[in-house]
Amino acid sequence: MRKEFIKAICDQLKKNKKLFLLVGDLGYGMIEPLVKKYPNSFLNVGVAEQNMAGVAAGIASEGYQVFIYSIANFSTFRCAEQIRNDIDYHNLNVTVVSVGSGLEYGKLGYSHHALQDLALMRTFPNTKIISPANEFELNKSMNYIFKNPGPKYLRLSKEETVKYTSIKKTNFKDGDWILIKKGKLNKAIVSTGNSLKKSFELSMFKKFKDFYIYSVPIWSMKSKKLHQNYLKKFSELMVVETHLEDGGFSSYLREAAKNQYKLKIKSISISPKVVGEVGDKAFLEKKYLRN
Amino acid sequence: MYKKISSLIRKKILEIAYIKKANHIGSNLSIVDILVVLYKDQIKKNNNNKLILSKGHACLSLYCILNYFKFLSSKNLDKYSDNNSVMMSHASHKVPGVFFSTGSLGHGLSYAAGKCYINKKDKIFVLLSDGELNEGSNWEALLFIAHHKLTNLIIIVDYNKLQGIDHVDKVIKLDPIDKKLKSFGFDVLSINGHKHLEIKKAIKKKHKKPLFIIANTIKGKGVDFMENKVLWHYKSLDLDLLGKALKQL
Repeated sequence: MRKEFIKAICDQLKKNKKLFLLVGDLGYGMIEPLVKKYPNSFLNVGVAEQNMAGVAAGIASEGYQVFIYSIANFSTFRCAEQIRNDIDYHNLNVTVVSVGSGLEYGKLGYSHHALQDLALMRTFPNTKIISPANEFELNKSMNYIFKNPGPKYLRLSKEETVKYTSIKKTNFKDGDWILIKKGKLNKAIVSTGNSLKKSFELSMFKKFKDFYIYSVPIWSMKSKKLHQNYLKKFSELMVVETHLEDGGFSSYLREAAKNQYKLKIKSISISPKVVGEVGDKAFLEKKYLRN
Repeated sequence: MYKKISSLIRKKILEIAYIKKANHIGSNLSIVDILVVLYKDQIKKNNNNKLILSKGHACLSLYCILNYFKFLSSKNLDKYSDNNSVMMSHASHKVPGVFFSTGSLGHGLSYAAGKCYINKKDKIFVLLSDGELNEGSNWEALLFIAHHKLTNLIIIVDYNKLQGIDHVDKVIKLDPIDKKLKSFGFDVLSINGHKHLEIKKAIKKKHKKPLFIIANTIKGKGVDFMENKVLWHYKSLDLDLLGKALKQL
């Protein structure tokens, strides 16, 4: 997904030169095509995320669309106040990009796990969450990002993603639920980002085989109401998320539902224990993903 | 002329601070002469030069200057710190003439660095406080500014030697600040931040490296019972004290 992200920026640069990518000394093996072709649209600011977010705000204030790129914790928590005050509250055209959602950087330890990033980023009122499940959704989402100026949080997976074909929608909008598989019950499995992989795994179980499957790539504080159009159709949702339940996507949908529908929202989320042992993604997800 | 404007601005600050029971008076009085020179000589309606007031708590001083130079109406200025107005008590970009909101220290420099990195034509001035330099984000930004030789960014530190609740030297020593910044790759000037001519000359100085001006100032400048007193970071004025202060200006 990272290579497609860089490709999408390169493609856009052909049309729009007022685009800029800042990285926090990360992206080796990914960013080179852009650096080579568009060196004036790229800058490695060094290992200094607070400065990166502030510099991004400054560049955006000069009429540019800016992307800042790092591993999930660094581009979010490390510079949270700069994102809130300088980017979101000024409503600037900056996309915070994070790599390694959930437990993808498993063996590198908890400093590199992104388990609370959505909780943080979704409380900034102007920021849209962009969380694509695969390269197809990424490309659609990038179109959305290019066409809709404003602050965004793009949560990229670095793992192989799951493909799907049963897609009708051409353009993605904030608050859209993408139908992946039709069900036979008024029940659905819903996920955002690469948790869709888990949704597919879940649908193999007898209990879930007749559930609808939806992916939600773009959502925000402002689009909460729009989700009610989908929520009211179902009696039960199973939300799958590689994030803590607290502040995560399932919590978001519960807030959107406001208890006004006869709807049970269950979730499979990462357990809120601090990961203290070594483990790759598969090992840690097995141990920490709980309902 | 400059002196006269400074005096008018200081009076206005005190009057508004009295009416609105505002604090940070010492920090506001400290930067008046710097702001007068910047807005009289450098930042005009017909150019794109800008000031980022990174020490956003001293915004009353900036608002009064913006009013004097007709960026901000008196009607707006009178609403300073009023409920349901935009006249926030830390610099807000909703206020006409202010481009970037501050208040949390250590944000202005990186934002200005971004502007100057992408736009080399316009001059950006950043006014920092000395206490603000405790924030690590400034040092990230300073490394960046020096590395990229952003010579259209001019940094002025209001070095009044007092911070929130104590003397800078007792909290986190900055000295030798000139040597520190020189070693970072800046052209460093140390001036009296209340002498308009010195400020004028410093700002105009030709420089090959980014310029860092240490403006030695007095917190509470102009009012003897406020000068160099930590108390006037927080205390607000009563009528008696306002009268005594205005007589000195």
